[in-house]
Amino acid sequence: MRKGGKIMFFTALFVVVLCAPFILNMGSAQAAPDPSLDTPEINALQEKECIADTEWMRENHMQLLDDWRWEVIRNGATEYVAPNGQVYDMSLDDTCLSCHSNREEFCETCHDYSNVELYCWDCHNPDYEE
Amino acid sequence: MLEKALKGGKLYWAWVAILLVFIGIGIAAYINQFNYGLGLTGMSRDVNWGLYISQFTFMVGIAASGVMVAIPLYLHNFRTYGKIVIFGEFMAVAAIVVALLFVLADLGYPTRVFNVILYPSPHAMLFWDMCVLSSYLLVNILIGWTVLGAERKGVKAPKWCRILAIISIPLAFSIHTVTAFLIAGLPGRYFWMTAIMAPRFLASAFAAGPAVLIVVCMIMRRFSTFKVTDKAIDALAKTVCYAMIANVFFFLLEIFTAFYSNVPSHKASLIYLFAGLDGENQLVPFMWTAVVLAFVGLFLLLVPKMRKNLKVLPVALICVFLACWIDKGLGLILAGYVPNSFEEVINYIPNPNEICVIIGIYAIGFFVLTILYKIAVAVNETGIAFDHSEEYERKLEEAGGEH
Amino acid sequence: MQKDMKNQNSMERRTFLKAGAAVAAGAAVAGTLSGCHGGPITNKADGSEVVEPKAKTRQWGFVIDVPKLNELGIFEEIKEACHAYHNVPDTGNPKTAVKWIWEEEYHKTFPEIASEYLNEEIEELGFPVLCNHCADAPCVRGCPTEATFKREDGIVSMDYHRCIGCRFCMAACPFGARSLNFSDPREFLDEVNPEFPTRSKGVVEKCMMCSELIDKGETPICAAMSQGTIIFGDLNDPSSDVRKALNENFTIRRRVELGTGPSVYYIVDGGEA
Repeated sequence: MRKGGKIMFFTALFVVVLCAPFILNMGSAQAAPDPSLDTPEINALQEKECIADTEWMRENHMQLLDDWRWEVIRNGATEYVAPNGQVYDMSLDDTCLSCHSNREEFCETCHDYSNVELYCWDCHNPDYEE
Repeated sequence: MLEKALKGGKLYWAWVAILLVFIGIGIAAYINQFNYGLGLTGMSRDVNWGLYISQFTFMVGIAASGVMVAIPLYLHNFRTYGKIVIFGEFMAVAAIVVALLFVLADLGYPTRVFNVILYPSPHAMLFWDMCVLSSYLLVNILIGWTVLGAERKGVKAPKWCRILAIISIPLAFSIHTVTAFLIAGLPGRYFWMTAIMAPRFLASAFAAGPAVLIVVCMIMRRFSTFKVTDKAIDALAKTVCYAMIANVFFFLLEIFTAFYSNVPSHKASLIYLFAGLDGENQLVPFMWTAVVLAFVGLFLLLVPKMRKNLKVLPVALICVFLACWIDKGLGLILAGYVPNSFEEVINYIPNPNEICVIIGIYAIGFFVLTILYKIAVAVNETGIAFDHSEEYERKLEEAGGEH
Repeated sequence: MQKDMKNQNSMERRTFLKAGAAVAAGAAVAGTLSGCHGGPITNKADGSEVVEPKAKTRQWGFVIDVPKLNELGIFEEIKEACHAYHNVPDTGNPKTAVKWIWEEEYHKTFPEIASEYLNEEIEELGFPVLCNHCADAPCVRGCPTEATFKREDGIVSMDYHRCIGCRFCMAACPFGARSLNFSDPREFLDEVNPEFPTRSKGVVEKCMMCSELIDKGETPICAAMSQGTIIFGDLNDPSSDVRKALNENFTIRRRVELGTGPSVYYIVDGGEA
């Protein structure tokens, strides 16, 4: 057992490292995010309606944006026919963000909560001032 | 088996510590580059590949050169290489790790590297290079590890190992051929657009690779229990000699074609390398050094007395190695961009940060090499070779008694 | 069960989207430049079906009347408008410069055919150089992720979300038309045009022939601003403006010997004038 001490030490170290995420985040539990729809653009709408229903958008917006990108960049398409028949411009800047202009309260509340980093604003620039 | 790398003398640990320091410097420099962008290198819109890609090219060659040991052993049953082959394979592993790291360091948007797999593009040579490089890496790790494991236990390596070893031979040729295709198929880059780019690559690789292997084996003979035989050294030195002759020959062919035809676009890069163009001549001293080294190295290797002299041999090998490195690891990529699309000569001066990254990557390579060689040597001490000659059968019994 | 429903729902929407895209693509084709292509296309707003004119593949291209353009002296304006619209950064360093369209001298634009003794007037001309949107583009062939690709209408375009910054396209391009963002481009932009995204550091960029405007039925900025000296149109359509210009003038292209098939033609001598 001359190496017993070492073994114990490294086992303890291993356990600490393994549990590091829990230890580091202890006590910093966040409340579930509540994305805000309170923007002047949305408030001005008569009928508060996105291009698809909320639940579907919540689950599929990333896929939708990916599809839009494909269609716009590769196929030169510009218009998207929503399930309700309404036609929208396939554009993150001009369609999505023209209503959802509150990126911090809308996009980032959820993304921060789920720790998925958004880098849309590296290139798309609704509010370049900062 | 990894535990064998944890036992070593002071010299071993000092070496590991030095490597770790350099690795740390490299990582710090890379973080710098990651945050700022490739502006922290000497590259430009005109010379858009620099030392990273030229080191990548060179190291793919070192990796491929493992076959110069594998072919005689596996195809011609040249038993002299029986013990050395594992070191050739492990050198290939370390070299590919280095090569891949250079590609990664060279990417402008490295976090997207898996797009190459996500959107496979068979029309792109880089896609094929990724395929052959990763296959070769995998095959070499598999063979090396299994053979070594078998040796440690004193059993014969499984049959598939031999099949893999034979597969690895064309794979080795393919990694360097495809790497040559990366640059040999680009319209308008006349210095690269030559059908003998792949043969040139292979020749210089088969000179530089075994040269390192011999030197490393000689160092190990001095400092470790692995004693390479003189016969193996001499046989490998002959390989270096022939490959270097081919390499120099191929280069002279390029010079003939360019200058006898007198086509300006074919001459430009060569003039830039050996005489300077438009006042840009920072590579000239390097290239002439390479010429002198190449011929000195060749002369020493060609005269049997010199080649067999173990004090002269390392000098000859280092000459050859450096000549190959200057030619391929420095001049080849940079000169390909001269002149640019607008007949301008734009120079390339590496950034200090870039050099730190390069040092760091090479340190990682040496680290991998050290660990793998340490294990191989340790197994070699205690284990039983897979060569089942009578001597080894006896050794096997002895070892069995000890356990 | 409910999950299945959801999936189906999602699939339906995806199909919707694809259909929508096809319609939109048709509309884009329909809207492009007055009568280059007479295809019987019905407006989707009417609810009727879209008939796509699948006569021959398109290849957008330019014919540049260099002497006239120089005479007008508006190139600098055009270049600035292009770069400002597309948020092309001005790094202030020739080595890391990002360029979509710029000017070069004759002997730099056409080094292979530049004579030692050249007409002085031609020597003094500025030649606009840009991506040639090659018929068989080596950059597209070399790209390992298809981040750069050839659209159906012949434009060599870029997907900046996919580029890994390997710069293979830059090595493959014989026209020096591609630039890497060696650092964050926004630091070099005084003003950002919100209509067009900027790029991130580490991706390659170049002229995309204003494909986003073409898709809306508009003309690329350079051609629109050129007062008729940069003619834009479909090179595969014998009745297009570019083909007419090619018919009436002697034109040259850059580095044709490389077989890439550049789509930018230069009128060097302005004819009778």
